[in-house]
Amino acid sequence: MPENHLPAQNARELTFAQAIREALAEEMRRDSTVCILGEDVAEAGTPFKVLSGLLEEFGRDRVFDTPISEAGFTGLAVGAAMAGMRPVVDIMFGDFVTLTMDQMVNQAAKIYYMSGGAWKVPMVMRTTMGATRRSAAQHSQSLHAWFCHIPGLKVVLPSTPYDAKGLLKAAIRDENPVVFFEDKMMYKLKGLVPADDYTVPLGVADVKREGDDITLIATSSMVQVALGAAVLLEEVGISAEVVDPRTMWPLDEKTLIESVKKTSRAIVLDEGYERYGVTAELAAVIATGAFYDLDAPVKRMGAMHVPIPFSPPLEDATVPTEQTVFEAARALCGR
Amino acid sequence: MTTTVRQETSDKVDLWLRMYRQMVAIRQFETEVNELYTRALMPGLAHLYIGEEAVAVGVCSALERTDYITSTHRGHGHCLAKGASPDRMFAELLGKEAGYCKGKGGSMHIADPATGNLGANAIVGGSAGIATGAAFAAQRLGNGRVSVCFFGEGALGQGVLYEVMNLAQLFKLPVIYVCENNLYNEYTHYSETTAGEIVARPAAFDIESVTIDGQNVRVVNEFAQILVDRARRGAGPAFLLCNTYRYHGHHVGDINREYYRSKQEEQIWKSERDPIVNFGKVLIEQKIADQEALDGIQKEIEAQMKQAVAFAISAPYPDVDEVEEDVYA
Repeated sequence: MPENHLPAQNARELTFAQAIREALAEEMRRDSTVCILGEDVAEAGTPFKVLSGLLEEFGRDRVFDTPISEAGFTGLAVGAAMAGMRPVVDIMFGDFVTLTMDQMVNQAAKIYYMSGGAWKVPMVMRTTMGATRRSAAQHSQSLHAWFCHIPGLKVVLPSTPYDAKGLLKAAIRDENPVVFFEDKMMYKLKGLVPADDYTVPLGVADVKREGDDITLIATSSMVQVALGAAVLLEEVGISAEVVDPRTMWPLDEKTLIESVKKTSRAIVLDEGYERYGVTAELAAVIATGAFYDLDAPVKRMGAMHVPIPFSPPLEDATVPTEQTVFEAARALCGR
Repeated sequence: MTTTVRQETSDKVDLWLRMYRQMVAIRQFETEVNELYTRALMPGLAHLYIGEEAVAVGVCSALERTDYITSTHRGHGHCLAKGASPDRMFAELLGKEAGYCKGKGGSMHIADPATGNLGANAIVGGSAGIATGAAFAAQRLGNGRVSVCFFGEGALGQGVLYEVMNLAQLFKLPVIYVCENNLYNEYTHYSETTAGEIVARPAAFDIESVTIDGQNVRVVNEFAQILVDRARRGAGPAFLLCNTYRYHGHHVGDINREYYRSKQEEQIWKSERDPIVNFGKVLIEQKIADQEALDGIQKEIEAQMKQAVAFAISAPYPDVDEVEEDVYA
């Protein structure tokens, strides 16, 4: 069993949101250059209450409420990072990252390279993803693939409270711009989190469940879906392995390929749009790396190619569920 | 008292001569760029700063070496005025390993931590956030630095500029927004793209603004110094609107310009308002230098630039293995 599945002596049960808050608080205590910038991050602690209490501990010199200017405060964070700070910007809904794209894609991502390594941009953008919150097309998307496409950025998608804390701390300490996606439907997910100072290195996948017949490679909220599907599959005699890459870039290709070489079948699950998305990239990695060991084509399951609808039955149809993953896995295994 | 006056006079003489030399250096640098480009020795694009030298020199002469600047696609003048060395500048323009960015940035991306140059930026208005953020860091870290954001009047069309000006005033950040109005957004007169008065825009945020003759380096320097000192004292951001003129086209290849501006207009700016010629006259009038001394400066700088170009031409390209270096820190 991987080391980080073992509860540490001082582990407590925390929610995903509490784990994120703890990571921020610990890093802010550790490094005075870490600060938070975003809309309603201070007294409000964000609409999701992820940051509640940070203003009280760190004050207005560290936690900054900004105007509703995503491009402006993200750009400000880029410059602040270059000049000695480690800003963490909060983009309330992942859909709003579109407003920051020049700052992230043309500025943050390229500055280290364009300057021949002279300037670096150690900043983190925290934002959300995930549908099924009945928030409609402009508050429900999972746009992480956009950032994965850009050299110079790192992209993190935690799936458990343990990973969220360790990965966020690693992201804050990283010397590069890191985009950190939190599925807003997982903020109440509970799990054991050590009170210790620990990090989860960026670029190391995690086997969340071991199995022999099929590999379910899943990201963020899809990890829980995959684990649920694995239970259903077990009931029909199919042993599913669940692998979480945890970071889209850097990508731990080796762990993914090794798992599929062992099981010979793979489904890739991600809540982003399926077309031209993360599932396509991961499927290509497997198809290339495990080609001679595959007994079936790699199956991709992502969000449908539609704007996320409001009406609950319509919205629920747009993303993979335990049941649809179960059925797809059965079909792939021919059982 | 007498000693103080003499000291002030001597400081002024040093400053003026230094500014004159820097303006000549920028013009000569750009003249060489034009030459390199037209001889097909320089790849890519070249946006010349000739005609606008007084702005970069006047502003940067009001800054400390550790203060920050951000620059634009027309950025050679800003980089040189902030202290960049011509040989490494030329090397960068030619894509050589010895360049400021190891050849990875080129003409539009020169950056140099040693002189506080956060980088030239090829997105119009693209560095507004960076300059404001550097001022934010300076304020948080309490290091007393000031940040200057150079941009052309074309950037007035970009929303992010107003987002960060709002932030700068809310946080009282030590940042000076220096708008170089050279009249043309590429090939379009700014009056066709800019509603209302330019200075009404900073005024909307209650940001102090000054409109000055950007062809007079003494005026630029004097007002820049006031605004920089003010920002350093914690009084917040300012907006310096410098009226200036771009002698050449938008880039070196923009030769036939009559569809957007007349030759007569260009001639008037060159013959009546040239920042170097006019400042030279002042130096002579005030007996700070004579024509012979000015000619000497010109010759010396021409030789220095020739040498810098020769260095860049003979410098090696980066090894191809370098292509994947510096993607991540």
